[in-house]
Amino acid sequence: MLRYVYGSQLENFPKLADTMFRDRACQFRDRLGWDVAVDENGYERDEYDAKDPLYVIWECADGRHGGSMRFLPTQGATMVNDHFSHLMDGNEIRSPDIWESTRFCLAKGVESRVAAALVLGGIEIGRGFGVTQCVGVFDARMVRIYRMIGASPDVLGSVGTGLEKISIGLWTFDPVDRMKVLMRAGLSSDVSEHWYARAFGSKPNKLVARAA
Amino acid sequence: MNGNLRRHLAELEQATELNALQKCSEALRDHYAVAHLGYHWVSADGEQYGCGTYSPAWIGQYVQNDYVRIDPVILGCFQRFHPVDWKELDWSSKSAIAFRKEAISAGVGNQGYSIPVRGPSGQFALFSVSHNATDADWLDFTEKNRRDLILCAHSFNQKALEIEVKRRPEPSKPLSGREVDVLTYLAMGYSRGQVAQTLNISEHTLRAYVESARFKLGATNTMHAIARAVAEGLIVMGGAARNARGAWPGRDTAAAAE
Repeated sequence: MLRYVYGSQLENFPKLADTMFRDRACQFRDRLGWDVAVDENGYERDEYDAKDPLYVIWECADGRHGGSMRFLPTQGATMVNDHFSHLMDGNEIRSPDIWESTRFCLAKGVESRVAAALVLGGIEIGRGFGVTQCVGVFDARMVRIYRMIGASPDVLGSVGTGLEKISIGLWTFDPVDRMKVLMRAGLSSDVSEHWYARAFGSKPNKLVARAA
Repeated sequence: MNGNLRRHLAELEQATELNALQKCSEALRDHYAVAHLGYHWVSADGEQYGCGTYSPAWIGQYVQNDYVRIDPVILGCFQRFHPVDWKELDWSSKSAIAFRKEAISAGVGNQGYSIPVRGPSGQFALFSVSHNATDADWLDFTEKNRRDLILCAHSFNQKALEIEVKRRPEPSKPLSGREVDVLTYLAMGYSRGQVAQTLNISEHTLRAYVESARFKLGATNTMHAIARAVAEGLIVMGGAARNARGAWPGRDTAAAAE
């Protein structure tokens, strides 16, 4: 199931949080070889995890982390503006309608539909909160995954070549995509809205929800 | 989005002190025809700063009873960044039930919608509208106005950051190079597709720069952003840099002959 959890709420989901930060170490340090900090618990955490971000997390049937990504508003501190603005010739992206999405992570061996479910989480956030686009940093290895789940970004800037290439991507939420993503994730619209409502108190598309 | 909101936002932009923000909050309350509207900057040090249309009696009651510690709107929105309908909050505790009763009798309204704003360096503020309405009417109102209310929230916050230099963690930034490029070409009458092609970026990317500039300019839409950028001299129509010299064949010789 999809969970929408702020950093300060992670303590309510100890197993989920524990496995998420370990899976992140596994993906970003071990598999992708990124120079990320891993603490004594085996957690990959950075300064942005300390800024109370909103995580969208796929929880497996056994309560473990299956995949996740992390959102922050672009008016505050973001990885893109703080560390990668040189990839955009010093330009910054700051808008209430655009959030930053980083640390897109999949646990080893999960079904491919988990990636689609995470994209769906992003779409629900877009519908529910009026977020129209997301910006984020990704590396060359992610290109294939994004293409596979039908969420290839526009590239705002890049550095490096081949597998070392790091880019800033921009994802534009298109409500039309939602049906496609639901199908790839193998989920019904109702169940997705139910998960969203459980986190935020009401469904993302409130007017439609009422009319139904 | 109608012209009145643009006018109110323009007045907000002119504000240089908190009293002017207060006037804007009153004008916006009338504009939206809601019971109340407020902007509330909550510092980590517990100092409160803001403005709003709530009655002085209710504000006094709120401060005296230290309701900031039990108000479900503050507790539920603090350090969040998604807009929240007050119905989605937890009003189940005894103190929250009593608080809600008092708030309603003070005229705050039975419905509310808050937009949390995270600014630079962990700055946090809340922009709220409240009203007496049925669930259905309130839903219509918030869904219809969400985008504009989000803009109002951020405009109030940006202005508050500007006015309160001492409270402000870091200076706000002018338009970036790409934002200037995009607005300049749009101002010249290029279509979005043409601008994207000229700058060798996708239309989605173009949209991100327009949105980013729109937000910095406190503008309600792209046209408004262009108008404001031109008015403030941030972009120059015609596409030349401001300090670029003009030229015309024969002009210099004509000038020399005079």
